[in-house]
Order: sequence, then C-alpha cells, then structure tokens
Amino acid sequence: MADHFLHSFENLVEWLRAHVQAPEHFTLSYAGEHSQFIRFNHAKVRQAGDVQQSSVDLKLIADGRQADLHLTLSGDPEIDRQHLAEALEQLRQTLPLIPPDPYLQLNEQAWDSQHQQQAPLPDSAEVLARIEAGAGDLDLVGIYAAGPICRGFASSHGAFGWHQANSFNFDWSLFHANGQAVKANYAGQDWDPQELDRRLARTREQLDYLGRPLKTLAPGQYRAYFAPAALEDIVGLIGWGGFSAQAIATRNSPLQRLYAGEAGLSPLLSIAEQVSGSISPAFSGEGYPRSDLRLIDQGHAQDQLTSARSAVEFQRPANGAEAWEYPNALSMAAGDLAQADVLRQLGTGLYINNLWYLNYSDQPAARMTGLTRFACFWVENGEIQAPVSTMRFDDSVYSLLGTQLEALTREREMLLSASTYGQRQTGSSHLPGALVKRLTLTL
Amino acid sequence: MFDSTTLLRQRFAALRSGGEFFSLRHVRQSRQQLSVRKNVAEPPSLSRDEGAMLTVRVSGVEAYAATADLSQHGLQQALDRAEALARQIAAQSLLDLRDQPVATARADYLSPGMDSAFPSLADCLDLLNQESASVPADERLVNWQVSLGLSTVEQIYLNSAGAELRRAQRLVFPGFGVTAFDGSDSQTRTLGRDNFGQQGGFEVIQRCGLLGAGKRIADEALQLLLAPNTPSGVRDLLLMPDQMMLQIHESIGHPLELDRILGDERNYAGTSFVKASDFGHLQYGSHLLNVTFDPEIREELASYGHDDDGTPAARQFLIRDGVLVRPLGGALSQFRSGLDGVANSRACNWNRAPIDRMANLNIEPGDKSLEQLIGGIENGILMRTNRSWSIDDARNKFQFGCEWGQLIENGELKGVVKNPNYRGISSNFWRNLSAVGDADTFQVLGTPNCGKGEPNQVVRVGHASPACVFSQIDVFGGDA
Repeated sequence: MADHFLHSFENLVEWLRAHVQAPEHFTLSYAGEHSQFIRFNHAKVRQAGDVQQSSVDLKLIADGRQADLHLTLSGDPEIDRQHLAEALEQLRQTLPLIPPDPYLQLNEQAWDSQHQQQAPLPDSAEVLARIEAGAGDLDLVGIYAAGPICRGFASSHGAFGWHQANSFNFDWSLFHANGQAVKANYAGQDWDPQELDRRLARTREQLDYLGRPLKTLAPGQYRAYFAPAALEDIVGLIGWGGFSAQAIATRNSPLQRLYAGEAGLSPLLSIAEQVSGSISPAFSGEGYPRSDLRLIDQGHAQDQLTSARSAVEFQRPANGAEAWEYPNALSMAAGDLAQADVLRQLGTGLYINNLWYLNYSDQPAARMTGLTRFACFWVENGEIQAPVSTMRFDDSVYSLLGTQLEALTREREMLLSASTYGQRQTGSSHLPGALVKRLTLTL
Repeated sequence: MFDSTTLLRQRFAALRSGGEFFSLRHVRQSRQQLSVRKNVAEPPSLSRDEGAMLTVRVSGVEAYAATADLSQHGLQQALDRAEALARQIAAQSLLDLRDQPVATARADYLSPGMDSAFPSLADCLDLLNQESASVPADERLVNWQVSLGLSTVEQIYLNSAGAELRRAQRLVFPGFGVTAFDGSDSQTRTLGRDNFGQQGGFEVIQRCGLLGAGKRIADEALQLLLAPNTPSGVRDLLLMPDQMMLQIHESIGHPLELDRILGDERNYAGTSFVKASDFGHLQYGSHLLNVTFDPEIREELASYGHDDDGTPAARQFLIRDGVLVRPLGGALSQFRSGLDGVANSRACNWNRAPIDRMANLNIEPGDKSLEQLIGGIENGILMRTNRSWSIDDARNKFQFGCEWGQLIENGELKGVVKNPNYRGISSNFWRNLSAVGDADTFQVLGTPNCGKGEPNQVVRVGHASPACVFSQIDVFGGDA
C-alpha cells in the first residue's frame, strides 16, 4: 500500500514536470493514508471502518502570482493525471484574475529528503482480542486508529520529499460506575502487545482511586501539579498563534507581550520546535526543510514560526513553518523534579491528569480558562485522598508558567497526536509535568 | 447538477455483497476561499473533492469503508473491506441492528438559488478589495482581513432497499475582522467569520451585512481599545443573536446529543448532564424557552430534506415552554435508546460515518422588542459577538466571552466595555431566561466549525435566535 502511495505521487510529479514549463513553477504536496478506525463504547465495538484516501495540494506560480488547489486523488493513475490536468488548467485560468502577490516567496533549492518506515502493524483481530482480554470487563470507551500515513512534496525547482510511516494510536478511557474516568493512550510505530497490556493494567489500577468519595473544591487558589497530558492542553492553546510570526506582528498572538519583552516566563521554561527525532516530516507543505527552533529559552522569547509569506511580509527568515504557523513537534525542556517525588513536593493540592476545552478570558494578557477532566485528585501531605469534581480554572500563562511555576519533572512523555480531523495527524508534544504554586479555580 | 447519478446507479446495482443491507453515500464538493488582508489579496485556495462511503450490515453488524476510487472495482473493493470488517468485529460488536429499519425514501433537495450563478472569482475578489480599502487609515488599526468562503456540495445516497436521496447545497461564509492596538492592549472586532454562514447565493453576503461594514467595524475596534474593562459582578445579561448562537450550541445542542447520552463520546467530546430519563419532564429552562430542531428555514446552514442515513427531516420541538421533550438523536440512537429523536445523523464528508450532530438548532422568538428588552433591565450588560468559549465535558459549567459589551443602567444603554465574559452552569442558566426578543431581533446564523466524533469530524450547523435576557449572571472582564 505504501509503495502505491509513493508511485502515485511520483507519477503525478513526473507529469507536472513535463507539463509545467518556465516561467510557470509549481509545488505539489501530498498526503495519503489507509486507516482502520475501531471505536469502542462499554468495551465493545461501537463503530468500525476503513478509510483509504490521498490528496495533493497543487500551487501554480507565474508572473508573481500564486494560487492553490486541493485535489482528492482516486488512486487510479489515469484518472488522477486527468484530474491534475484539469486542476492545472483551473489554476492557469485563475492566475490572471488575481494581482501579483507581494509576499510570494519560493524555496528554489533542489533538496531531497526521504524517510520510509514499514514496521508491521498488528492485525485488528489481534488488537480486539488484546483489548477484550485487558479490559473486556470494564467500561472502556475510545478509538484505535492504525495504518500507513504518507506525506510528500515536490517542486519544479527539483525538490523532492517523501515521508511514510506505519503507526497506530489507541486512545481510551476507563469509566468507574460513579462516572469518574481515567484516560490513557498507547501510540507509536512499533507495536508491542505487552506494552498495551501494561498500560491497560495501569489504568485499571487507577480506577480504584476513582471509587473514593468525590471531593468538591471551593473556588480559590491551590497548589497544583499538571501531568504532561494536562500541560499539553495549556501549551497547545498557546501554540495557536503564540509563536506565529504573523500573529505576533499583527498583535493577535497570546504571547505578544512576551515577544515584545514586556512580560516574562519562568527561567525554568524552555520550549522548542524539535523536528529532528519527531514523527512528523522533515519538510513543510510549502517546500522548506523544517528547522529545529528555540521558541522560548529560559523564559525569554526567541524564534518565531515563520512561513514563506510571513518571511517576506515581516522580513524574517522562513524556517519551515506551515502557513498556519503552529508548532507540530513541540518539545519542552525537562526540569529536575523526579516523577517519584511529585506527590511529596505537591504536598497538599490538586493532581491534574488532564484538562479540557481551554480558551482565553483575555488573550493579549494570555489569561486562559479551562476545566479539569479525567482522574484529577485531591492530595494531602503527599498522598492521594479523593477524586475531585470538575473545576474551572482561570489564570494567566505568565502566572502558571511564570511567577508560579515551581518545578518541571525530570521525566518527559512523548505525546503523539490522536487528532483525526480530515486525516490522521503527525503532530507530537514532548513534555514534562509542571508543579505550580498557585492555580486559580473560579467555578 | 447530480451528473454522477446514472453512473453511480449502474455501479451500485452491480455491487455484490454477502450482507443483508448495504448503502453508498457519494459526496462531491468544491470550495473556494478568498481573502484580502490589509489590502493585499492572499493566494486563492481552491478545492475539488470526491469520494464515497460504502456501509454494509452483516448479521446485524455494520461496518464501513471509504474510498475515492469510484470505479466499479474500487467500489466493490471498498464494500468487500467493509464486509470483512463487519465479520471481524461481530463477536465484539456493541450493537445488533438486525431489527433496525432502513431508509427507503427517494427525493431531491436543493439550496435556495442553486440555479442562479454566483459572482465570479474576480468579482468576489473585487468586492473583498473594496471592503478592505474601506477600513480608514489609523495607525492603531494594525490588522484587518476580509474573507469569503464558498462551498458547493452534492451528495447522492443509494441503498439496497431502494432509497435514492440527492442533495445539492451551496454554502457561503463571509467574514471581516479588524484589530486595533494601542501599544499594549489589542482588541478585535469581527463580522461573520465563525459566527455566520448560510445556504444561498450572493444575497448571503448582503444578509451578513458585509457590504460597507469596514468603517463601522474599525470604529468599534477603536472604541473597544478606549473602553474600560467590564466590571465584575452579578448583572442581568442581554445576549444578542451572535452570542446566543454559541450559548445554544454549547449548553443546549451538545448536551442533547443522544450519542453523548449513550456514552459514545465520553473519551473525546464528552458526556452530558442530561440523562435519557430526563426527556418528557426535566425543566431545562424558564417557561419562555422554546427550542426547535428546524431543517425548514431554507437559508439556514443545515437545512436539508433527509439526513445522511436517509431519515426524513422535519421541524420538532426539543424544549417546549422550558420542558425537555426530545433529544438530538438520529435513527440509530433512537433504535438504541427507545426515545423519539430527529433526523440529525450527519457526516462531515465521504470519509467519515454519520453520527448524531446538531443541524439547525434554534430558539423560537418571543414578544419583546429590543427596546423593551433593554428597558426592562435595571443593572445589566449587553454582549454581542462570541470570541471565547469553554464548557466542561458534561456541558454544564461554562465560561464564554464576547467582543463587545455595553452596560445597561435603568433601562438605558450606556458605555462600551471591553473583554466582556460571563460564566454559569447550564442547568441553572436557562432557568434564568427572563425575556425573549421578538421576530425583529431574530437572526439566522451558523458556524462551519462544530467538532466531534472519533474519528474526528467538523460539520456546519445553523443557529437562529432572538436576543434574550438572563437575570443575575456572573459577569467579569479581563486583565488588560
């Protein structure tokens, strides 16, 4: 299947190179997947399906103008060449209708990048049997998604990139009869059935804590520990516009005061876009090799995610960011708090495994709100006492990851995106846990 | 229009399956996204997409396969994959659908004005350029963007029981946003964008109010920059329709989705504070609250004749005089729960399976003019245009923020305030509904971005609402 994706892409690139002649130029980015989705409720299969899809984004450039067309591919070489020819013609008719783009910039380098990983994935019958054995008697709900994912890029300047990997992502929750739940995930490229067994067993053990009487907290300020999955929600929200060159320049970034030097974050905090070693492609859909970038270094703003158009408009170097300038391989530096010491150092406060539905109360001030979700516990004197009922927080990033950040854990977790909007995503976050001296709960 | 019909009929008729029932849902869509930012046209983004989902039922177990290979061989392969999967999961299947009825209807549905041409790309770009140029010169106006999204979607549903349902829709999404910055704070004022979309033609752009709006939007962004923060405290809250739609969406729509109540979404979108046993008697809101599922307002985003499983769509009250009467559940959820529902089984595209979604979810108008709504408030605040939304996974504790606030004192509108936020609990909030605006305050709005489901899906939903007043709500501002 993966070879089919690559051959399909190569055929289209070859056809375009023969039919797009100077002064015209093109770029062609490719995305393909053959995915199996198995959805669970009450540890049974609620819905199962198989999705085979591939598409290209064709950009045509001529006379300082550019236009893009997204085209779904059928997989039949003849039909796809015909559709690509029609797309090319549509773009040729479109370009004269639009003005020259003053921010047009192309990468004219003829780079080559290829990564292929074809580790075998388990048969879905085996996965089902394993999940049934590990949690068939529990209230498990979630989704298993697996199969090859491909990304490609080519240009009339001779660039060619191909990234293909088999991967799986099992994302699930176990629910206690009282409605409380614990969430877990097993995702990667090398399937290890014993590792799934271990993770299922670990979540099963946490259910015991959830059976204790629920503690309801009053609004106020509390010490709190954010596990990596909870911290991912915070940095994920910041990521929308936070590091974007366009958002920073147009005053729509939640970190605009950090980038303006008017506010600072904790010296413990360093964040990078760490492409090398991640599961995402080493090239962008715009045709730039993606660089490792220091976004925040010891609390100070550093690089910005800069797409090709932003590079011209704001006179910055393009660094492989996609057009939407969102981190796709975010990595936060570890701290020195041992995971084993988290409860002791938290002392009395909230242990937050997951957050949910974050948004801004005041974006220029980086003040955000959100809720606890999944296995959040009240801790006293370093010992878990009870699960807590859902609580809303409302606090500033400059407080949570600034003045009130006490420690980051030494151990980090690599969290692979379970997002499947449109297609399975290749984003990841590599994060420690964070201990904060004060979290404001409001409701 | 529907020019794939004959070919699809032939290929569907030639499909072979060992299942007792199978269906094909073919979707073809084209999109055009245009944008002008600070008087510079961004590259046009065009899209052509086409594919099909084959669903099969084998001994009461259903599975699906999606493909863009629409050849006879490609469709048969997809059907075979779905059938193999249905057999594979049979032992662990949650559902036995042997007794679930299947659709048999044959009908066509068209958006209003489908037969009239939409302005050309060049004309649309001219319009956006004109509107962008209308933003006045002011160094505090640091960013502005005018946009226009246009989607044409055709769907053909065929099944082995003889159903044939065809739908063609044209959807229009205008947008305008202006950001003002004073060296420290920034404030953005928008029109349309994620708060507006309708079916139809050029008249949608006019109804949105985009034409000639640049000066007003820019002025309002500047007013916000100069305005004080919203004061904290408990006040009466007057929500205009472009915030009501979000309030309806998050704290009525999602909690009434029957698949959430049945637990399907607990790992992702969440559950609901509403229980299956609540329907028929739960006092969801005050007696002024009347909520309908209404697929019959032609221009509203999710008006259609049948849902994606082939169930005929009709207007239904979900909440009548404040009492919860009916969930948002399609045929499958109705079969599972035994509750009556609506035709809201929807998929975002050919590559995702239908699940319970909002479609058009509206609040029925009351009898108060806007002047009467304002006049009835002693100490309150008007808020318009959603900009921030957050609600817990049971859809109960919420906090929402708007772009624009205006204090109300002794029945009169007073000064503008910035960063207006409010928070509450759904199950209490609607019981504080104290006045409902009349038809003159009623607006048909919608959003292209409602996310849910595993695998994830984004669908278009419509919301129409009058302005509404809620008594004694916790209101607060920002830090800046």
